[in-house]
Amino acid sequence: RIITLPTRKLIDADRRDGCGECQTSCSACKTSCVANQQCEQE
Amino acid sequence: MVHQYKLNGYNIVLDVDSGSIHLVDELVYEIISLYEKTGRTDIVRALSDRFEPDDIRSALVEVEELVDQQKLFSRTDHAARLFAGPGFPTTKRKSSTANAQLDHDEGADEYGRKHEDVIKALCLNVAHTCNLDCSYCFAGQGKYKGERALMSFETGKKAIDFLINHSGSRRNLEVDFFGGEPLLNWQMVKDVVTYARSVEEKTGKHFRFTLTTNGLLIDDDVIEFTNKEMHNVVLSLDGRPHVHDRFRVDIGGQGSYARIVPKFLELVRRRNRGTYYVRGTYTHLNTDFMNDILHMLDLGFRELSMEPVVCRPDEPYALTEEDMPVLKEQYEKLAKEMLRREREGDPFEFYHFMIDLEHGPCIYKRIVGCGAGTEYLAVTPTGDLYPCHQLVDDPSFCIGTLDDGVTEQDLQNEFRKCNIFAREACRDCWAKLYCAGGCAANAFHMSGSLFGIDTFGCELFKKRIECAIMIKVAKAVASAT
Repeated sequence: RIITLPTRKLIDADRRDGCGECQTSCSACKTSCVANQQCEQE
Repeated sequence: MVHQYKLNGYNIVLDVDSGSIHLVDELVYEIISLYEKTGRTDIVRALSDRFEPDDIRSALVEVEELVDQQKLFSRTDHAARLFAGPGFPTTKRKSSTANAQLDHDEGADEYGRKHEDVIKALCLNVAHTCNLDCSYCFAGQGKYKGERALMSFETGKKAIDFLINHSGSRRNLEVDFFGGEPLLNWQMVKDVVTYARSVEEKTGKHFRFTLTTNGLLIDDDVIEFTNKEMHNVVLSLDGRPHVHDRFRVDIGGQGSYARIVPKFLELVRRRNRGTYYVRGTYTHLNTDFMNDILHMLDLGFRELSMEPVVCRPDEPYALTEEDMPVLKEQYEKLAKEMLRREREGDPFEFYHFMIDLEHGPCIYKRIVGCGAGTEYLAVTPTGDLYPCHQLVDDPSFCIGTLDDGVTEQDLQNEFRKCNIFAREACRDCWAKLYCAGGCAANAFHMSGSLFGIDTFGCELFKKRIECAIMIKVAKAVASAT
């Protein structure tokens, strides 16, 4: 009855969480800023 | 916290703290809606007029398995994450409660104190002037309520050096060329990029450049250099000719659509690296913005962004509460159109529907958001620093200069506290780990406080996220069948 989509762990010991290398959100819109950001480690 | 909704025939359940997303049948959907406030026996009783008791019990077992796996009704103390990790020195917490909600105020303050003091992105306002005269522009015809000005190469070079010197251990640095219209200062843009590239190897930094343009001055040189050096380029087009030319007129009042579209098409045709976004603004006068997106698609563009206008609520083109149901319906139609075109082999991207569930941002990014005023600053042509390009028109937000650095520490600390723990309304919002508390500038303009809420913007954001997740669900189902 349930399909669970694959999602990343928000807290992940296997990554350098909080490394700060990912893109600064304010990319395309410049007016309504993280959902569409990607982890830089990818 | 759980958010559940129905869209496009799917029953979708989002577990907020874990980020888990479930597609469920009608019975499980009903059980989850009762689960936290109703005992097992009462759930069976409440649903037994529509479902078989044995089915209810077996579905309950499946729900309880997800709860045990912390993929449903999970409770993760994200506030505690502020106290450990790279750039977040470990400090003993004052309380050990398992419920993060009790620690929000403490979390916001601690986050502000402990976040590593790094600047990694600049918005260079290289031209406080424009060759268009768009009445809806938050930059006020590019002048930001000040005098017309162009940034000198010396100031641009100083900005690059400032960014390198304040970026700590960060390798990826970002510079957006903005205005006004940056192509009015094009040679300076090229010179700054060339300078930055020349110091990359020596400094161990990697620059990502972006450019936002109205397109009027695009020529072969702009196309060639932009497509070689700009990681992303934002091309301003509002959609259908009559919609675009309603606001986007030159100094003589003539619409710009016919002049810019061929230039945008040529730039995109020759673009073989990085991304581009054809980016429109919709207003109260084109709440049927889906038709503008369809027009962009008809023109041949495939990477699109369409944003609600940012303006005072008394403007005749300001979006109204009455517009909200129409706008939500437009986003739903857009999501369905994306799926339809994907099925037919002609997909397109819509910026606000692009979420990466498997490789998205970590919890830190989701807490702190855009980093305005801390890791992201805007630079005026004269070298003044502001927390965000949307606040450059207000001198009270001047936070320092390229020569002196950030001098208004109290103001910067206010921006440091702008995160999901800072706003009362965010604490119980299911979307907080997707919006990171939203845009501080929009909050200020709509409420008068950095810690206020842009309620209208929040509603639109939540609808966009619901649509984006639905698209992911639909694609997952399609790939599984």
